[in-house]
Amino acid sequence: MCLAVPGKIVSIDESNPDLKMAKVNFGGVMKEICIQWLPDANVGEYVLAHVGFALNKIDEKDAEDTLKILREMGDLNEEEFKSESI
Amino acid sequence: MKYVDEFRNLDAAKSIADKIRAITKHKWNIMEICGGQTHTIMKYNVEELLPPEINLIHGPGCPVCVTPLELIDKAINIASRADVIFTSFGDMLRVPGSKMDLLAVKAIGGNVKMVYSPLDAVKIAEQNPDKKVVFFAVGFETTAPANAMSVFEASKRGIKNYSILCSHVLVPPAIEALLSSKDNLIQGFLAAGHVCTVMGYEDYIPLSRRYKIPIVVTGFEPVDILQGIFMTVKQLEEKRFEVENQYSRVVTKQGNIAAKNLLNEIFDVVDRKWRGIGTIPKSGFGLKEKYAGYDAEKIFSLENIIVEESPLCIAGLVLQGLKKPMECSQFGKTCTPENPLGAPMVSSEGACAAYFHYGKR
Repeated sequence: MCLAVPGKIVSIDESNPDLKMAKVNFGGVMKEICIQWLPDANVGEYVLAHVGFALNKIDEKDAEDTLKILREMGDLNEEEFKSESI
Repeated sequence: MKYVDEFRNLDAAKSIADKIRAITKHKWNIMEICGGQTHTIMKYNVEELLPPEINLIHGPGCPVCVTPLELIDKAINIASRADVIFTSFGDMLRVPGSKMDLLAVKAIGGNVKMVYSPLDAVKIAEQNPDKKVVFFAVGFETTAPANAMSVFEASKRGIKNYSILCSHVLVPPAIEALLSSKDNLIQGFLAAGHVCTVMGYEDYIPLSRRYKIPIVVTGFEPVDILQGIFMTVKQLEEKRFEVENQYSRVVTKQGNIAAKNLLNEIFDVVDRKWRGIGTIPKSGFGLKEKYAGYDAEKIFSLENIIVEESPLCIAGLVLQGLKKPMECSQFGKTCTPENPLGAPMVSSEGACAAYFHYGKR
């Protein structure tokens, strides 16, 4: 049940100050997601969403660092880690 | 999909498994708390990649599984009333109560609706002022802020016909209950990454120190889980016990402060009954007195419904790692995902259902 999915913010609607919403693209599927708990979220950033709420932004640098550690662990081919952005 | 595919890479998984094999000198029992992680482990056959010394124990972190039978019966009681629209996440609808499930209530005319988000339930309440709209608020700390927001919004907008049937559970008290059991086998934990995205991991530091046990906050993709296991085994072999964070791309030490503030506004920490385990002190959220008008148990006077679990089910032993699912005499016979006797066979995230679906029999 704690499934949460990464998606990219496409637009932000701040008309309700207590319920800031965003249109988020999850691999081609668009959904309205509440981003009230992420005061500094911007269009183009990735968030991790769960039952209609963004729990946090995904830190691009930290994600890269994790992958870098993995590469160093296994001397992996750079190409294998490239992913298509949505 | 970005931030998913690269953490499902098979070569990366194999290379971390090699590293785990290289550092493992002793036998270790490691528990992944979260049912979502159990599901990944079964789906991607993560256990096959590990050296035989590493035994993964599948923890109680499946909210569908640990929701007491009693609460399912309460949900069915509410959903069967003519003046109610009962709303829920999809996975609670087919959890059997002692006589039927919520889908069966719908089949005989009950107004049961599946929603994607608790805010959808608030919208249904707003659109149906002549009905009482109840949302089945289950889940761990990951889901609690969303459910809290539904009560906050209903209250702010003056919506009086909305309430929640609340059964929120918390991870750290469950870890403590497992570690303080005299039969405890667990030597290291993979903490649930999405719970920690909300709550941070400060609460795990005293647990790690008190019980001298490594706790590694871990993500949900196979590569995340293998890296979490690597970090746990490394600590164990080096005789260290610390809280480490494998899932730093979304988890910070403090967690999401705005979400935690909302939890404090709406909920108190209360004792909670866990299916298959029993009551764990201070292990859940209940609505604060200020929001009692949104508490379905109070509105519908359901405090007197008390239901016992099947005596044949050994869920408690499975959830503590003392038995594997297939060591149960009922597994796959009288107990299947279609006709579950107990909690871990109910949801696909439950240990028994995961073993059943992925052929570990």
